[in-house]
Amino acid sequence: MNSYNGMELMICLASRYLGDDGTVVVGTGAPCAAAMLAQKTRAPKLMIMFEAGGVGPLLPSMPISVGDSRTYYKGLVSTSMPEIMETCQRGMVDYTFLGGAQIDMYGNINSTHIGDYETPKVRFPGSGGANDLASLCWRTMMITPQDKNRFTNDINFITSPGYLTGKGAREAAGLPPGCGPYKIITDLAVLGFDEETCRMQVELIHLGVTREQIIENTGFELLWADEVLESAPPSEVELEILRNEVDPRRYIIGRG
Amino acid sequence: MANKNVDFHVTGDQNVTYKKAGKRRLFTNPDADEAREFFHAKSRRMVDKTTTVKEAVSRYIQNGDYFAAGGFGSNRIPAAVLHEMVKQKKKNLGFAGHTSTHDMQILIAGNCLDRCDAAYIVGLEARGLSKISRKAFETGAIEATEWSNATLAWRYKAAAMGLSFLPARSTLGTDTLKYSAAVEMPCPYTGKKYAAVPALYPDVAAIHVHRSDIYGNCQIQGIAVSDLDLARAAKRLIITTEQIIHNEDIRRAPHSTVIPYYLVDAVIEVPYGAYPSNMAYEYFTDEDHLMEWLKAEKDEEELKKFLDKNIYNCENHWDYLEANGGLERMNQLRTQENLTDRR
Repeated sequence: MNSYNGMELMICLASRYLGDDGTVVVGTGAPCAAAMLAQKTRAPKLMIMFEAGGVGPLLPSMPISVGDSRTYYKGLVSTSMPEIMETCQRGMVDYTFLGGAQIDMYGNINSTHIGDYETPKVRFPGSGGANDLASLCWRTMMITPQDKNRFTNDINFITSPGYLTGKGAREAAGLPPGCGPYKIITDLAVLGFDEETCRMQVELIHLGVTREQIIENTGFELLWADEVLESAPPSEVELEILRNEVDPRRYIIGRG
Repeated sequence: MANKNVDFHVTGDQNVTYKKAGKRRLFTNPDADEAREFFHAKSRRMVDKTTTVKEAVSRYIQNGDYFAAGGFGSNRIPAAVLHEMVKQKKKNLGFAGHTSTHDMQILIAGNCLDRCDAAYIVGLEARGLSKISRKAFETGAIEATEWSNATLAWRYKAAAMGLSFLPARSTLGTDTLKYSAAVEMPCPYTGKKYAAVPALYPDVAAIHVHRSDIYGNCQIQGIAVSDLDLARAAKRLIITTEQIIHNEDIRRAPHSTVIPYYLVDAVIEVPYGAYPSNMAYEYFTDEDHLMEWLKAEKDEEELKKFLDKNIYNCENHWDYLEANGGLERMNQLRTQENLTDRR
């Protein structure tokens, strides 16, 4: 049995959702690590893009900024932000990963502030490219630790759209149909979304985690998939590549 | 196979109503005719525009102006211009918070801003949040209107196209839209909903490039971010360049010119002019220095000392480089950028 920490587990699981003929826009940190791992394991042809304009790099190491020169190192194209965002708007980007301070049961994400808008208790960066990516990419994913403060329906501000208020709400608001939150990968479980209600549901539980633990760490009522399975732990190969090639300095996995 | 006989044009009358979706203030006039009038009067003469950073900042950036910086926060930012703006104590500026990180941090340290179109603010990506930047927004010292990176980029693009708005498909349904100054509108062809984002014509912008001739014909390597549209949207444009090259070299590779001279008001040669940010194929970000900034912000006295050392006591960008390890440090950053330590 391999030993691994929560961050390593999340990155390995996230990487398995990225397919070989897919395109993914990632930020720095865990999402980038997941994309790099996917590229070095099951999806060597995965096309990695960065919102500032980097397309198809052969990443020599983890970028620190989504606009630094690593994001187009030995790349196919070094282009512009409008070019990347317009590619998303045309429907050519399959996956994206977002982060945030809060997420509600419909997968709406807050990365703008806590408190009221005029004089917030804490001001965060805001949307950046997150709103655009959540609006325009086909499948939005999130890698995040799971706790009650983060998984809450008392979300202060909807920075980026999940399913808004439920089924059909995205389309009614004018967002392109057929896309939205796909998987939320946490240190306890992998959560998906119920097709009928668009509410968050538990699909996979990690080894050694109980249902009670998941409920205790969620601020809203979760749905459960008809068949809740156990997630497959990281393989030896995944861990070896993650530790030796993707993040040898443990910038990301050191946080697990 | 498309049916070439279908007519997609609007049929019948449409009863169009506009919903003011965003309730925040629009800081700049999106009117295309006002912009045309300005650009009509702007000189198209190909003359030597070289000057100094001091002169350019004093001449082209006035208190109260709406200012935008090129690059991507910690990549290819016009650092020398930003420092000079702080030294000249520019006040009450509007600012395009388009993926702004270290660029905004410098201007907030100088207390230069009072309003901001906020797409990405107060953070330095994976490096953490800037304490003084957070405080400026948390106390309401800087008034904000929300956008996303794409909608702000498309606001530049609308201006670059000489229009007053562009339709966009993001931000719909969210608080980001509610706290913006965008308007919801139906597509006149399909009836589908769009967010109409207003053109953004900044009073003045500063962009750092790899090469320019004395007239302002510019070449950029690596990603352009939103600078091609920004250069066209801005009423006045200050260019700092790693190197001034001959006009002949521009003419030898016209496909490489991404900013033509007639957009440009001032050209200044500033080697390492993006330091401490990343300059593609030239030098990597000085991560240690950026961490020093973030650390210094935690204590008022420390910050004052830090700003004295790095801005107020520096006569020019060379002094700033010197205060941070000079050429030896620049060479380390060049090695890092080109990965020549890993051959």
